[in-house]
Amino acid sequence: MGAPLVTVAIVARTVAQLWGKPLLGVNHCIGHIEMGRLITKANNPTVLYVSGGNTQVIAYSQRRYRIFGETIDIAVGNCLDRFARVIKISNDPSPGYNIEQLAKRGKRYVELPYTVKGMDVSFSGILSYIEEAANKMLSADQCTPEDLCFSLQETVFAMLVEITERAMAHCGSQEVLIVGGVGCNLRLQEMMGVMCQERGAKLFATNERFCIDNGAMIAQAGWEMFRSGQVTQLEDSWITQRYRTDEVEVTWRD
Amino acid sequence: MATLQLLRGAEMLKQGAEGRVYRAEFLGKPAVIKQRFPKRYRHPELDEKLTHRRTMQEVRSIARCRRAGISTPVVYFVDYSCSCIFLEEIVDSQTVRDFIASARRSSSRSDQELQRLAELTGRILAKMHDEDVIHGDLTTSNMLLRRSADSSELELVLIDFGLSYISALAEDKGVDLYVLEKAFLSTHPNTEPLFQQLLGSYSASSKKSSAVIKKLEEVRLRGRKRSMVG
Ligand SMILES: Nc1ncnc2c1ncn2[C@@H]1O[C@H](COP(=O)(O)OP(=O)(O)OP(=O)(O)O)[C@@H](O)[C@H]1O
Ligand SMILES: [Mg+2]
Repeated sequence: MGAPLVTVAIVARTVAQLWGKPLLGVNHCIGHIEMGRLITKANNPTVLYVSGGNTQVIAYSQRRYRIFGETIDIAVGNCLDRFARVIKISNDPSPGYNIEQLAKRGKRYVELPYTVKGMDVSFSGILSYIEEAANKMLSADQCTPEDLCFSLQETVFAMLVEITERAMAHCGSQEVLIVGGVGCNLRLQEMMGVMCQERGAKLFATNERFCIDNGAMIAQAGWEMFRSGQVTQLEDSWITQRYRTDEVEVTWRD
Repeated sequence: MATLQLLRGAEMLKQGAEGRVYRAEFLGKPAVIKQRFPKRYRHPELDEKLTHRRTMQEVRSIARCRRAGISTPVVYFVDYSCSCIFLEEIVDSQTVRDFIASARRSSSRSDQELQRLAELTGRILAKMHDEDVIHGDLTTSNMLLRRSADSSELELVLIDFGLSYISALAEDKGVDLYVLEKAFLSTHPNTEPLFQQLLGSYSASSKKSSAVIKKLEEVRLRGRKRSMVG
């Protein structure tokens, strides 16, 4: 990921100088959140950010998006992708999408490790269990690939909904916004919706156009930053793969 | 059945993540009933397993803590048929979360009081870990504070043991502290020195703390090293 980031940074700096436009360095996750807020009109939601590289439960307070919960090992999207490889599910158009479709035809619920620690989750246990057991169970006809997809989704999504609900109870929040690539999964959205209904809260989600990484979301976050008076000086512009959500001072919200 | 009837007339105190907490009386004593109702968002088989396991763990760990002299509410009665636990109500208490928030708002209450609280919390968590109880959901909402009857000393009461389990591993204890650290610092911005004090007190009180703190540092580092891409 380093090389593409370096390349794009050079393009951005070049374009900024060519056209005399201000340059703004944007945090990727903040882009997801601000795009989600723009599209759904969610005001002050508890945010579940779920993608191939990230799993975080975030809420805003005192000028920062604060991380209340996150994965303590691998991201949920990573867990899904690696599971797909274990039982040889196609990458086309994406492993996550194919798991979602297969899961619809799953019938048997296979119990898998369920690891929630307060507002944090862990997926590495599920993955190693599946790596160990999946192909044995399939060849012994104990379950079908569809059953495994179904059971995996039911388990990991229940964990995600649980930590989101815990953060809401802790923060007294009545709104949820789901962002990030895994956020397009309709089963995850459905489960989150049921949880929200049970506590009289409101769910905000978007479809794949906005959930999946896109340029517009970076522009939207940059626009918010710019409106609040921020610009990045050319000599201060940099890239990093380890830019945590809570490192950014949110100057555009009260 | 009788329990559910009782809940119908009871005042709901809170809808937590795990369940609902109602105010009640048990044989004339002030009590709360914590009901883990079925969560319709998750698969019924998974829901039943989690609910049963957590009700059981909560009762077990509370008993273990109380035996070791750690303040937690007394369990009066458990109705497994509806996953309801009758607990002693910690009357005239407030959550540590509310205590910290109001202490930081008011200038009259000194930093000293917060420091005493951090010191007390560290000491009690160390004692709990020395009993090999891993709380599993340490936050400032899951700790209650009350002034003891005879003096003005603060007493810390640990609650909400649904995610708890028994383990002697330093890794499990380190993660327990890591979960608290994140919840603490995100709930109470700019309190790093206070949390450091809590850890200091933890280290000073527990015989096995150095391995635990080392694990805590390891888990933190894993978080920081993780790429934020995607
Ligand atoms: N014994 C008690 N005495 C007084 N108040 C209590 C007692 N037990 C719980 N409460 C209150 O109810 C709230 C929720 O209780 P508890 O944390 O046990 O429920 P929960 O549903 O497991 O919460 P969580 O959202 O953390 O999962 C507490 O934060 C506290 O304010
Ligand atoms: Mg609680």
